[in-house]
Amino acid sequence: MSNVSPAVRQQQQSKSQQAGSLPGHAHDAAPDTVQASESPVAILAARDVRKNYHKGQNIIPVLRGLDVDIREGEFISIIGQSGCGKSTLLHLLGTLDHPDTGEIHFSGSRVDNIASKKRDQLRNETFGFVFQFYHLLPELTALGNVLLPLMIGHGLFGYLSNRKKFRSRAVELLSMVGLSHRLNHKPRELSGGEMQRTAIARALINGPRVLLADEPTGNLDRKAGQEILNILRNLNVNKNLTIVMVTHDEGIAAQADRTVRLIEGRLE
Amino acid sequence: MYKIILCWRYLHTRYIALASVISVTLGVSTLIVVNSVMSGFTYEMQHRIHGILSDIVFDGHGLEGFSDAAWHMQRIREVAGDDIEAMTPTVHVPAMLNYRVQGRWVHRQVNFIGIDPETYATVSDCTAYLQHPENRKQPSFKLRNGGYDVYDHVLGEESPYRHGMEVAGWPHRQWVAAQEKAWLVAQKKNTPELAVPEKVGKSDPFSGIETPQLAAESDQGVAQQWGPLTEDRIYNKAVEQETGIIVGYALSQIMGRDGDHYFMVLPGDDVQLTFPAAGTPPKAVSGSFTVVDFYQSKMSEYDSAFIFAPIQKIQQMRGMIDPSTGLGNVNSIQIKLRAGADLVAVRDKLRASFPPEMYGISTWRDKQGPLLAAVQMETAILNILLFLIIAVAGFGILAIFFMIVVEKTKDIGILKSLGASGGGVMSIFLTYGLSLGTVGSGAGVLLGLLFVRHIDNIRHWVEVLTGQPVFDPSIYYFQEIPTLIQPLMITWVIVGAIAIAVIASVLPALRAARLHPVEALRYE
Repeated sequence: MSNVSPAVRQQQQSKSQQAGSLPGHAHDAAPDTVQASESPVAILAARDVRKNYHKGQNIIPVLRGLDVDIREGEFISIIGQSGCGKSTLLHLLGTLDHPDTGEIHFSGSRVDNIASKKRDQLRNETFGFVFQFYHLLPELTALGNVLLPLMIGHGLFGYLSNRKKFRSRAVELLSMVGLSHRLNHKPRELSGGEMQRTAIARALINGPRVLLADEPTGNLDRKAGQEILNILRNLNVNKNLTIVMVTHDEGIAAQADRTVRLIEGRLE
Repeated sequence: MYKIILCWRYLHTRYIALASVISVTLGVSTLIVVNSVMSGFTYEMQHRIHGILSDIVFDGHGLEGFSDAAWHMQRIREVAGDDIEAMTPTVHVPAMLNYRVQGRWVHRQVNFIGIDPETYATVSDCTAYLQHPENRKQPSFKLRNGGYDVYDHVLGEESPYRHGMEVAGWPHRQWVAAQEKAWLVAQKKNTPELAVPEKVGKSDPFSGIETPQLAAESDQGVAQQWGPLTEDRIYNKAVEQETGIIVGYALSQIMGRDGDHYFMVLPGDDVQLTFPAAGTPPKAVSGSFTVVDFYQSKMSEYDSAFIFAPIQKIQQMRGMIDPSTGLGNVNSIQIKLRAGADLVAVRDKLRASFPPEMYGISTWRDKQGPLLAAVQMETAILNILLFLIIAVAGFGILAIFFMIVVEKTKDIGILKSLGASGGGVMSIFLTYGLSLGTVGSGAGVLLGLLFVRHIDNIRHWVEVLTGQPVFDPSIYYFQEIPTLIQPLMITWVIVGAIAIAVIASVLPALRAARLHPVEALRYE
């Protein structure tokens, strides 16, 4: 299935374990790694992140001082039972939510406290989100959904003057995920796998540096789910895209380079 | 970009929102119709008020008037200079009009106005309202030999036919004269000492009017014998007229609810006028006058009150002429300004130069100030009430938008996760409100303009359907509902409606902007 040889995967895993054991000292580890071209800098990191949920009078702690480092070009899966805070962690990493305490770093700088405008830009350009329930806009076609981040990121004139270029990029991405025949279909006319592939194309349209996938196969049958995983794996290998995948399924988690477990609000 | 696309998608996939537009549409179209009709009324009324009044009226207080109109006109010209185009002296006096219908006297209270037929036409448009085509060209106090309008000369044959006007003028007068003779003959016959022997005739068409049997026997002979009576030789009604007067149209007739006219007096009839003579205490003087024409300004206040006569006749009858100088007193001087002159400025200049305790100087607007102000106030209140309708529509938009925001919560979360800012999401809904307002007011303007254009057809159908007269032409003498479309008014209505729609969408838009993306994504 995977294009990555087991040896490479082994190296990557050892590398990430090294980095994980030396939080904040990723630079020191860099010269030791075999693949010098692959930057060992943690592209995305959480530092002692805590997050509570309030249910009426009760405070439910979800994340209790969690640390994680995600290296550039890594395909990492976070595994945990449902309700353990996997999605919350992903939302925090993707700046969709604020941690109660602790910090989120991207490319070495803190991003959980920056101005909302910059956060919006970060979400638009740097992170790509893939959700369990696809989250496509029902009013737009597959092509329209894929173009949506470009429309959001550009002003009216910026978009209109580049729309041919944008359109061809969107068509290219949709072809890459095998949907060149579904460009003008509305989401309700697509199957679950097709919707998820559209969502992946949407996540990739702005050339993100990190793809954050929240149970991307959770709503799909095994075959469709495997197709999605193959696409993710290809992206990771061919485009060196950093992928963070959250799942509760051991079998799916195992297809990532590295798997971390979220137990009782901490990573193991 | 996504704002416009999503807004467009929401517009034509959420028809419930379009339902909220209907109330905007109705509000806007009602506003346009009401404003057009009100300004149409105002315009017509001003036109008619002004038509009969001159630009500025220079009044001496009281019925005595002031003497030497020529000197006053000279002074006025010195003060106002180039702004004056024409002036004419007039005499106004309250009077009572008396005429006989079927043997019974009818009295009407009128405003008797003496005018100089040579110059009066230069200061006011009154000649346009006369009912004889020749009089409209050159007004005259001489009775015409028929040819009076049987239809409204402005509206043409669409207006109701005026039964009786076809014989108005000398033919009518001769007919009346003959009838009176016949009646007198019959009277004399009934009184034995006055009775005269006669032969039986056949040809008199008026024989059957009073006492048919007697008349049938006696007419011809009496008519022949009546001729040489002394009274008739002095004044032969059939060929001579009294001093001519021009009578307000509404004074001459009653108007049925169906718009038909029933004339009680026609050109050619003689009427009595009673009015106070000059001097204190005023004594009533009466005179007989011949109606030579009607005028119809379609301003019911004037048409039912004004009677015009030659100024010398009134001055003479009221004793307003100074025997030593031969100059007649006048009550007022009507002034017409040249086109483009500032009415108020000239009035103020004149007011500054003439003592107010002696002279009242007012513009035609001042004269009808309360009426114009009342119409203006009505328009203002109606506008406020109708804008409240649009405000109600605004609340409809508010409610429906809240629903749409709740329905679209997840989509808002998606947009935010893709990097859309709160402001961006907010502007989707503001643009949405703007487009609803635009669509609503656009449709409203179209509907309103169509309504105004076909208002008389609509009135007709409403009247047919309900059986109730919606618009009674007898009140204002309008055959049609007057309308005037003012582009500025329409612009303001559109701007107001759109503003209300946008304001109503602010709250839902704010709510959408403040949605937490994670909460929104979790929303199912």
